Amino acid sequence: MVIAKTVDGEIGIMPQHAPVLGVLVEGGVLRVKREGEGDLVAAVHGGFISVADDEVSVLAEVAELGSEVDVAAARDALDRAQASIEANQEDADAAVEAKRARARLRAAGEEV
Amino acid sequence: MGAQLRLLRRRINSVKSTAKITRAQELIASSRIVRAQQRMQAALPYEREITRAVTGVVSNAASVDHPLTVAKENPAKAGVLVVTSDSGFCGGFNANVLREAEALRGLLEGRGLSVVPFVTGRKGVTWHSFRQREMGGNWVGFSRKPAYSDAKEIADTLIESFKDDNGIDEIHIVSTEFVSMLSQNVVVRRILPLEVEETEASESTAIPPYFEFEPTAGDVLESLLPRYVESRIFTALLQSAASEEAARRRAMKSATDNANELMRVLTQQMNQARQAEITQEISEIVGGANALADAAAGKE
Repeated sequence: MVIAKTVDGEIGIMPQHAPVLGVLVEGGVLRVKREGEGDLVAAVHGGFISVADDEVSVLAEVAELGSEVDVAAARDALDRAQASIEANQEDADAAVEAKRARARLRAAGEEV
Repeated sequence: MGAQLRLLRRRINSVKSTAKITRAQELIASSRIVRAQQRMQAALPYEREITRAVTGVVSNAASVDHPLTVAKENPAKAGVLVVTSDSGFCGGFNANVLREAEALRGLLEGRGLSVVPFVTGRKGVTWHSFRQREMGGNWVGFSRKPAYSDAKEIADTLIESFKDDNGIDEIHIVSTEFVSMLSQNVVVRRILPLEVEETEASESTAIPPYFEFEPTAGDVLESLLPRYVESRIFTALLQSAASEEAARRRAMKSATDNANELMRVLTQQMNQARQAEITQEISEIVGGANALADAAAGKE
């Protein structure tokens, strides 16, 4: 099963799912539940999920597998983004930055 | 005679060092082609999927009108994105692209449109600024190794200008398509208003899947189309990068060949001059000895 976060909310896709084309949110976590193996988790920033012919494809501008996330760097990025949000409430770039950092940490299995 | 010999030696040495440089450039370019091709391959799945998704939306939701798919009435301005290289030493690569861009310019002006060039690559930018053509935008510094963010930046500028009422009404792209190591073609494509290319219609003759959309078809299209344009531009940049290296390899190979040929001719000339010098010296010595012998015979 594939679990992704679209702008409408979370969507879970089982085999034989009807064709869907969804817009993914900025800083979402994608989870692929596999039989006999651990989950495949990835931080996905924006993009699309498309389901057709029993195939799920995720088109993302930036994506990172949970196992490849540099936790220290992500935490650092989160701290910096939060600091600039506190300094300036309307800092949209920092808000996106914070979302991305959180998604990366969650994908790596860290508590945020 | 001695002076000519020295001159020839000097020329041979200089040609030899030029040949070394062009040979090195040739080898560098060949190794870069491989990497550029790998980058092209790596970008293929994304492009294929996004094309499929766009085709899916457009064929499912024909009623959805998006500013990026609708041709404007009475177009007045056309943007042309010209993809050239940053560095030279690549034969006719840039000249071909620029010639094609000029032809397109003439064509568009024939239709009564004014043309705004958008240029990537230092060579193209120099070409335009030398002719004092005003550019709608220019980007340099990534022609050998374009990143997705570069394509995004270009796409953002183009789309913004396209959405602007006083901006451009259609966008064409002139770039070089990488067919193989030996053949690259300059291609002209219109990217906006969007023509969804239904290239794979024959491949999957099955009915296109009936998509559901999250949240709605319009919203999906709204964020999908700019990505599609970005992906098209990115592909063009990658293809152009690979073509640039291929053109450079070819230009450098013929430069090396020419240098070697020149070296052969010069060496022959040098040997001739050396032999002529020796012959002359011998005949001078013989002549001198004869004169001395004659003088001695005359005394007796």
